[in-house]
Amino acid sequence: MDELIEILKDIHPDVDYETATDLVDGKILDSFDIISLVSEIADKFDVVVSAEHMIPENFNSAQALWDLIQRLEDEE
Amino acid sequence: MHNHVLKDLKNTAGKFPDKKAFCGEHSALTFQQLDHAVDTIGTFILEKNIRKSPIVVFMEKSPEEVATFFGIIRAGSYYVPIDAEMPSVRIHLILENVKSPLLICDDSTFEKVGELGFSGSIVKYSEILDGGKIDDAALSAVYNDSIDTDPLYIVFTSGSTGVPKGVVGCHRAVNDYIDQLSEVLGFSEETVFGNQTPLYLDACFKELFPTIRYGATTYFVPKALFMQPLKLVQYLNEHEINTVCWVVSALTIISTFGTFKTEIPKYLKTIAFGSEVFPIKQFRMWRQALPEATFTNLYGPTEGTGMCCYYRVNRDFEDGDAIPIGRPFDNTDILLLDEEDHEVTKESGKQGEICIRGTSLTLGYMNNPEKTSEAFTLNPLQTHWPELIYRTGDIGRYNEAGELMFVSRKDFQIKHMGHRIELGEIEVNAQMIDGITGAACIYDKEKGKIVLFYSGNKEEADMKVILKDSLPRYMVPNVTRKLDRIPLTSNGKTDRVALAEMVKTRS
Repeated sequence: MDELIEILKDIHPDVDYETATDLVDGKILDSFDIISLVSEIADKFDVVVSAEHMIPENFNSAQALWDLIQRLEDEE
Repeated sequence: MHNHVLKDLKNTAGKFPDKKAFCGEHSALTFQQLDHAVDTIGTFILEKNIRKSPIVVFMEKSPEEVATFFGIIRAGSYYVPIDAEMPSVRIHLILENVKSPLLICDDSTFEKVGELGFSGSIVKYSEILDGGKIDDAALSAVYNDSIDTDPLYIVFTSGSTGVPKGVVGCHRAVNDYIDQLSEVLGFSEETVFGNQTPLYLDACFKELFPTIRYGATTYFVPKALFMQPLKLVQYLNEHEINTVCWVVSALTIISTFGTFKTEIPKYLKTIAFGSEVFPIKQFRMWRQALPEATFTNLYGPTEGTGMCCYYRVNRDFEDGDAIPIGRPFDNTDILLLDEEDHEVTKESGKQGEICIRGTSLTLGYMNNPEKTSEAFTLNPLQTHWPELIYRTGDIGRYNEAGELMFVSRKDFQIKHMGHRIELGEIEVNAQMIDGITGAACIYDKEKGKIVLFYSGNKEEADMKVILKDSLPRYMVPNVTRKLDRIPLTSNGKTDRVALAEMVKTRS
């Protein structure tokens, strides 16, 4: 989780990722942020994110994103 | 005969009154409704005694915003689009540059307008339309007085000195552009566009003007879908969208995540792209998914009105190949000039600066004679009468097949996420921050990241946060790195080679 927060902080240092739950709906992350985020995650956690995972629910909070990464790791 | 960009609107509205012209997330306008709104806005402006003036439009991306652009043009004035995505510092610079008497906003932007300190009148779209009249005689008089070298818009592009430059475009160049583009991409009343590009740039002309000329339909694809590739394709299918002119990064969002395995945008038959290099691996996925579709690479700077060159893909490419920018549109000429202003011939295979000659040239930069005369110069190859060319700053060459290839930039302009950015503008904004003693930007092409090196008393994370206030989102550096001092070359210039090396070795 710390590694994930670090990646997120790198994109927007001014966001409190421990509490934020509207990263997508609140337009904090835009589409290009999501794309670079996904490629960083793929590199760091060695998981494959595909089109069906790319929905706001999976990106609205650091926790949701972390859960997604866990699910993807289990699938492998 | 008048060569006005709205010359077809009345005809089209007569032919397809109830057909949808523009469809947004929250509303849509038929051709008849559009025509009515355009005339009402035009009349309103004329009644305010505003003639041939820049009029600011600050609205949500919507069919109503397009009606406002056209209404301003109908009144013989020219529109200046600003957007909620622009930071207020940038908006201020734009307002200062154009000195407009009138700003048109909507409910979504009304609150923000108060913060702009705009000195002219402010009116909401809904206020103009509610009970607004149409004065046909006054509108006809303005139409009959118009000539095709009159301006119709000013759009702003990144400037290396930190001040954005306002490119002023005219009817003649837009009409020529739409003629050429429509022929190359085959637009008709059957065309259903899925627009991706913002309305505050000239990129959207590809949809706006052909829509009214042919009676086509344009859907504004909701921005949020560009992070949900599956839903994006479903949206394209739901509306049977058959034509897209998108930046490459918007197309690769679909191909990268294996979307085609689940859903194919099956109605798409015309795909145009540009502004960036298309990675061949991604491009192949698109061609495999849509073997019947045509793929066209478009190239051109804002100063040349939209696009000026095209290449219809007709062969396979190897990984690492670049797709050509091809050849100029009919009625446009491209010159390649070397450093001594001599022509680089096709046969030589040598490189030169891409320069544009012809009707497609815009009128220049608004209230900026210095920058205008640097970029719009006399043609050095033809000295018998004054003839302007536009120097793009792009370096190109011809390949063995005689197709024009983009090689690199002459200066520090980059393309990042489909946006044209002057690294100098980021540097100037960084240097203006209190306590910053030096700043230099490098573009990490491989990773597609803007890296800002700086010296001073701010933390790396704080720099990004501060720069968000003065730069558009897409210009905020992805990486900030603090140094004791910016390395200099022996003659005192920023040592970009050393910085580029630091970018490489860090990874």
